[in-house]
Amino acid sequence: MSILVDQNTRLLVQGMGREGRFHAEQAIEYGTRFVGGVHPGRGGGAALGRPLFNSVAKAVADTGANTTIIFVPGPFAADAILEAIEAGIGLVVCITDGIPIHDMLVVRRYMARKDVILLGPNCPGLISPGKAKVGIMPAHIHTPGRVGVLSRSGTLTYEAVSQLTVRGIGQSTCVGIGGDPVGGLTFVQCLEKFQQDPETEALVLIGEIGGAAEEDAAAYIAQYVTKPVVGFIAGQTAPPGRRMGHAGAIIAAGQGTAASKMAAMERSGIKVVHSPARIGEAVADMLGPPA
Amino acid sequence: MGSDYGLPLLVRTTVRELGIRMKIHEYQGKEILRAYNVPVPRGHAASSPQEARQVAETLGGNRWVVKAQIHAGGRGKSGGIRVAANPVEVEQIAAALLGQRLVTPQTGPEGQAVQRVLIEEGCDLVQELYCGLVIDRQLGQPVCMMSPVGGMDIEMVATTTPDQIFREAIDTLLGLAPFQVRRLVEQLKVGIAAQQALPPLLRKLYDVFHDKDCTLLEINPLILTSMGTPLVLDIKMEFDDNALFRQPDVLAMRDLAEENPLEIEASRYKLNYIKLSGNIGCIVNGAGLAMATMDIIQLAGAAPANFLDVGGGASAEAVENAFRLLMADPNVQAVLINVFGGILRCDIFAQGVLQAVMKAQVKVPVVVRMEGTNMEEGRQILADSGLNFRIADGMEDAAHKVVQAIQG
Repeated sequence: MSILVDQNTRLLVQGMGREGRFHAEQAIEYGTRFVGGVHPGRGGGAALGRPLFNSVAKAVADTGANTTIIFVPGPFAADAILEAIEAGIGLVVCITDGIPIHDMLVVRRYMARKDVILLGPNCPGLISPGKAKVGIMPAHIHTPGRVGVLSRSGTLTYEAVSQLTVRGIGQSTCVGIGGDPVGGLTFVQCLEKFQQDPETEALVLIGEIGGAAEEDAAAYIAQYVTKPVVGFIAGQTAPPGRRMGHAGAIIAAGQGTAASKMAAMERSGIKVVHSPARIGEAVADMLGPPA
Repeated sequence: MGSDYGLPLLVRTTVRELGIRMKIHEYQGKEILRAYNVPVPRGHAASSPQEARQVAETLGGNRWVVKAQIHAGGRGKSGGIRVAANPVEVEQIAAALLGQRLVTPQTGPEGQAVQRVLIEEGCDLVQELYCGLVIDRQLGQPVCMMSPVGGMDIEMVATTTPDQIFREAIDTLLGLAPFQVRRLVEQLKVGIAAQQALPPLLRKLYDVFHDKDCTLLEINPLILTSMGTPLVLDIKMEFDDNALFRQPDVLAMRDLAEENPLEIEASRYKLNYIKLSGNIGCIVNGAGLAMATMDIIQLAGAAPANFLDVGGGASAEAVENAFRLLMADPNVQAVLINVFGGILRCDIFAQGVLQAVMKAQVKVPVVVRMEGTNMEEGRQILADSGLNFRIADGMEDAAHKVVQAIQG
């Protein structure tokens, strides 16, 4: 098994521009079932051997899409998310960064009334190695296995995953929840799913400074997660009051520091590594030699 | 609120974690409020002592307040806000403030140059309230906070008397509802005149917050005059950079003199750059990896000169601009490039780095760690260049090599 995406994923791509098309192609190459694209004005056409639609509702009706990945530019992306939710898609993955936060506040209230999982925005997406890729991550660094990876970063997640793969440690699903302060799926919701997944045996949690998502995750892990967890927090040396690239990565008034997060994680029994180069090694140590 | 573990909610809300965005001056914030018919003191900004005196004479009255206009807070305690008894004194105070570097607890030791002062009529006040609109990232909602204990740092109030802060989470599909405003105002225990005047004022403030894409709108203090009517004595507003495309009026208020010149240059190149105090320049793709790179440099015993995210794709143009920025920082003694591409072709990336180093006339050693396809070809290109490149295997090796490089 795995979480959120697998062989049953029927993927729609919203925003079939250069980027959307490229990543649709990569997803197909990985074996993901790509069922069509949505690009207002290009409905009736086709791309990569699949139909294009003007609206998500029409695309869902014609293709049975259950997952969508959004590449629509920032000023229009929140509308694309709302359209996907309204059309009844169960998993919405939004890659776009630079979405106005007030737009996301509306999305958050709207989704509270619907049965949907939103991943992102400003995220790399997710992959269940060997099954489906719904994101912009490089496929070749992943290998199927039993470690679940959840992270707020993009390239730092690739770094951690490749450290696992070179040690022969495979992954069940790797999820990048995104670096924006107001987003969808949280670490806690993601942990719930990994805890329930019988195929996931251990977890890697990669956090960042700012907010309280890692503290929430640590408290949840202490109470509900029985699987071993290795953790890392990026930004141990970041100065307070400066936004480190991600809108969410800010230390304010002594809150959301790497030290406070690492302490909370250690208290919850998470194996916290201080060096980003030692994540794979820590997982290998924790799992012990292969049986 | 299924994920509410750990910290008490109140503390979380008062943390201004979304606050570091485009800022404007107090006088500009008051101009915006005036346009929404929110009561602010009569006043005008001036950029010379003579102009300050003229403003005071035009305003009339017998007491004026001269306020230094810089983006940082803490002006009152640092001599940046002074009271004058006549227009001549206004001119003298303005002369003393203008052109000076004002040092407040929020500016850092170098202070911030004062280019304008705001001259306002003096106001009598009987009570100072606090009013703030922020975005609570855990709730995913804006929150309106009010306190009868205004005029001081709200985080101090949150620590010492948390029961004196009242809050309402706003459903963005409804806005700040009249019943919520009544509930807030009732708890403040103010007189009847204020009870009647505050609700429409609060709803106007939410309109401003929403219409202008604010990430922070804070009025501290919101005073009650002897007539019992509210007046905005000071305002702090911050805006969402991602929404500036639809806020041309706000963007026009940007004051570049308040920002770090290297960071302005970086924003022109669309790079995420933050200057730090160390001597190892960093060029990294992705914000999380960039932070992790800073961390590993520190673990190796050195300090990063900057945070720099060139974007996931790490284009040749971005890398070239990144080198320009780093070479403008005299502290940089070596550069560490850490790029995890995956879909990135290392041979093409290496060509880009080579050209960038030549164009930007880089004289310091450059340690390159890159991960992606065609890695061997990429390394060969750098090795054959005859320039001062050191190739690293993984992040740890990169950090050690760059520390060795500055140690000579």
